[in-house]
Amino acid sequence: MANTNDSLTSVIELGNTEHESVVNQKRMAKRKLYDKLFYRLCQSTILLALVTLVILVVHIIISGVSWLSLDFFTNFTSRFAEQAGIKAAIMGSMWVLVLTAAFAIPLGVSAAIFLEEYAPKKKWVEWIQINIGNLAGMPSIVYGLVGLTVFVRYLNFERSLLAGSLTLALLVLPIIIISSQEAIKAVPLSLREAAYALGAKKWQVVFLQVLPAALPGILTGVILSISRAIGETAPLIVIGALSFVAFTPASIWDEFTVLPIQIYNWASKPQEEFHQLAAAAIIVLLVLLFAMNFLAIYLRQKYQRYKL
Amino acid sequence: MSASASENSEIILETKDLNVFYGDKQAIHSVNMQVKKGTVAALIGPSGCGKSTFLRSLNRMNDFVSTARVDGKVFYQGKNLYSKKVDPVELRSQIGMVFQKPNPFPKSIYKNITWGPKINGFTGDMDLLVEKSLKRAALWGEVKDRLHDSAFDLSGGQQQRLCIARTIAMNPDVILMDEPCSALDPRSTQAIEDLITELKRRYTIIIVTHNMQQAGRISDETYFFHEGNLIESGDTKQIFTKPSVQMTEDYITGRFG
Repeated sequence: MANTNDSLTSVIELGNTEHESVVNQKRMAKRKLYDKLFYRLCQSTILLALVTLVILVVHIIISGVSWLSLDFFTNFTSRFAEQAGIKAAIMGSMWVLVLTAAFAIPLGVSAAIFLEEYAPKKKWVEWIQINIGNLAGMPSIVYGLVGLTVFVRYLNFERSLLAGSLTLALLVLPIIIISSQEAIKAVPLSLREAAYALGAKKWQVVFLQVLPAALPGILTGVILSISRAIGETAPLIVIGALSFVAFTPASIWDEFTVLPIQIYNWASKPQEEFHQLAAAAIIVLLVLLFAMNFLAIYLRQKYQRYKL
Repeated sequence: MSASASENSEIILETKDLNVFYGDKQAIHSVNMQVKKGTVAALIGPSGCGKSTFLRSLNRMNDFVSTARVDGKVFYQGKNLYSKKVDPVELRSQIGMVFQKPNPFPKSIYKNITWGPKINGFTGDMDLLVEKSLKRAALWGEVKDRLHDSAFDLSGGQQQRLCIARTIAMNPDVILMDEPCSALDPRSTQAIEDLITELKRRYTIIIVTHNMQQAGRISDETYFFHEGNLIESGDTKQIFTKPSVQMTEDYITGRFG
């Protein structure tokens, strides 16, 4: 008690001594310069990224846009550039999108719920957590090899849509788990406490309060990871998706191709017309991806009506 | 205790040698208290003295803190809350809790009230329940025309009264309040204090507060905590006018804390 009083008086005395600024005026100018430089540096990095993107997109649009016609969407691919279209590829991509989502979302979100809400804080859980992080950074071709071994050969699914979608589901699973976990983690403790204090059981707290509150975040992560699956090429080539398909798949057991593979195939041909076709297909793929990203933003806004 | 207090002397909640630990650190040291039905009990003391920890052990909210361990007994309606036979979920529907920061659900005002009763299987008239609960929480007049708006559109004070209404809707015996006014402006604080005085006719209230004037205004009994020990307890008037322990007097007169 006495000590606090002493230090209080000494602070007052210090304040009464002559007023001397602690700001060094000479260094002030230098600091302002650094401040400006750092600002410019940050600005130029974002400009660099944007300019690169714009150049790429403009280049692709210039070379591909003249090939975009109704025929381009309704024709199958062909040896003749004028008759080639992306019907098979776009239908294949849609199938893959739906199937991958159907496999990966329930699995990924449930795994995230288990890890965040139910898993004990033990060594083995920590170990699983670290490895999910590792899997998220694994090169996609490795997933292709896993898919080839397990789905195509061992389970005998052959080069079907089912094998391809399961492979891509494996690929995006770690990303869905991690982003869903982050969304669940971000739900404030006060919300759980409020629910428990009203006599809620654990599952009621998790499914009726925590999950709805985490939904915008979960949806964003899910849509972004599914759009990654739509853009993947390597794992599908490994499991043997075809590059020349003149039919649309009718069931999950059919062979298939997807947009990125069609693009890869056209881009590797020597003729200039096929390169332009590839650019046209890239435009379609980009529009699809942008649409999915906008959907993610829209859903997040919509479900955030009641902000936390 | 004088004989005149006997008209209201049914004990509803009682702790016996209650100790609470966080890991190796002991936060509450062997606290004994008896709360009478229909009264307001105030827990006061400097920050970190364990009053919130103590409060949260009365409806087993400390169960969710993985390092917390409770030793001792809490009797509610003659049963020890920490015996294996007691279901903490059921218990919390009878001993409600209002938190320091208003924490309405991210739902409409209406659904904030009905959520608790619904998950506990209430099948009666929801509209009536909502109206009754909001009226008892002195919020009905302000929100009756916008029951389906988001609870987050309300002011902080209104949100806190909504949280009280939500707790009342469960028709609990006891309401625990953990510094319910600390995040509110003086006017909202006034509204909540009036509400507490009104509510004690129906419910028993145990309130943690760092505001001694508040304890003096609204409580019947006061419990003074310091470093996890219950230093002194008794009739609020007596504690505030002639406390028997020097430390209590020092705290109440503002010499520390």
